[in-house]
Amino acid sequence: MSDAVSKTGRWIDLANPTRFLNLASVILPWLGGLTILVLGIGLWMSIQAPDDYQQGATVKIMFIHVPFAWLSMMCYTIMTIAALGTLVWRHPLADVSAKAAAPIGAVFTALALITGSLWGKPMWGTWWVWDARLTSVFVLFLMYLGIIAFTRAMDDPAKSAKATAILTLVGFINIPIIKFSVDWWNTLHQPASVLRMGGSTIDPSLLWPLLVMAIGFTLLFFTLHIMAMRNEIWRRRVIAMRRVAARGAERRTVQ
Amino acid sequence: MGALFIRDIRLGLRAGGGMLIGILFFLTIIAVIPFGVGPDLKLLARIGPAMLWIGALLATLLGLDRLFQVDRDDGSLDLLIMGEERHMLALTVLIKCLAHWTASVLPLVVASPLLGLFMNMEPQAIGATTLTMLVGTPAITLIGAVGAAVAVSLPRGGLLVSVIILPLTIPVLIFGVSASYGAIEDPAPFLAPFLILAAITLFFAVLGPFAAAAALKSSTD
Repeated sequence: MSDAVSKTGRWIDLANPTRFLNLASVILPWLGGLTILVLGIGLWMSIQAPDDYQQGATVKIMFIHVPFAWLSMMCYTIMTIAALGTLVWRHPLADVSAKAAAPIGAVFTALALITGSLWGKPMWGTWWVWDARLTSVFVLFLMYLGIIAFTRAMDDPAKSAKATAILTLVGFINIPIIKFSVDWWNTLHQPASVLRMGGSTIDPSLLWPLLVMAIGFTLLFFTLHIMAMRNEIWRRRVIAMRRVAARGAERRTVQ
Repeated sequence: MGALFIRDIRLGLRAGGGMLIGILFFLTIIAVIPFGVGPDLKLLARIGPAMLWIGALLATLLGLDRLFQVDRDDGSLDLLIMGEERHMLALTVLIKCLAHWTASVLPLVVASPLLGLFMNMEPQAIGATTLTMLVGTPAITLIGAVGAAVAVSLPRGGLLVSVIILPLTIPVLIFGVSASYGAIEDPAPFLAPFLILAAITLFFAVLGPFAAAAALKSSTD
């Protein structure tokens, strides 16, 4: 009971943008350093990893492609949680979080599509197929762009927050479709092979670099996300200050 | 609710409503296709169901931004939102969607057999496409209601609504077209995609109005 209270208390503490900024300035150097460290180790492990007996060196594309694809879905899930935060708990930082996450998610989705396409050319013999997994990820990319366009179209952040949140929630239907598209339809894209019942089908020599890279890119995502949230808070403050300054200037000219 | 339904249909059918423009747009899209792909009748017959579906999808999106915009301009949207304690807002939205569908999308479905003839389609394919469009297009309207409600306070939200809604309507298009092809090509099943299409429509009949109602409530100031 007391634990739950203190937990909500901490969340409410974070609702104060100044406290969030303080926390961000403490966390960011550590998180950034950790990101560089883990990504460095991951890159080194990827280079050391043996070639696949069928795919040769191209299997190394997996070490960046799979983390990008995971993150594109995780980012949308975070945006959905933030949307719930806006609508249900009216957490003031939730819409900042959703707005900051959208461009990062769009970039990760685009990178997943590009790296997948580069991997598809030598393996499948084509840059692009209209396969269920590829199409649904492409739809995810379009939804990111739609949400970004939508948040930019409204001036008032308070009003756009709720509208964007509803849009994000409706779009969340796509995430399970992406996740299970390889199981529901017979596709060219291979079915889930890392996280599945009965253990991974990937050899440990390839699995470990992949997991380290995934953790590294997740850390990178959170670093970028917190930085983008900080920028968004600063941007809103600057806008608010400019308004106050403009009002003050008006009053002076009147007098 | 009945009164609202009749009022919306009347407004839609009146001169200046979107119905005629929608059909004309649909007709032009279908008429442009033979110029684009060439007048090869076999090819037209093969791509016919897909082209009819895409045309109907675009023509449906065309009128969506007017779903709530007109009511917001004359203030009746505020009244509908204020009357929430008597009639649930989600129900009001559902009625408005049904009226919009009847007034401006149903004519498209009715016109599609004629356009199917233009595309040199088999009678069975025409029947299947019309049937799938009858079942599937309400889903497009109901998904579109969310977009229209979200963008209602934007001065020029029309194009934006289409851009945000289009990715979400892709499943409707996929299953609609695959059911239409299932009716003419032998190994492909007709019933399975058709039932999934019906399920999508029913699913969005619940989700769409609730999401749109929430968006409308937050748009009032």
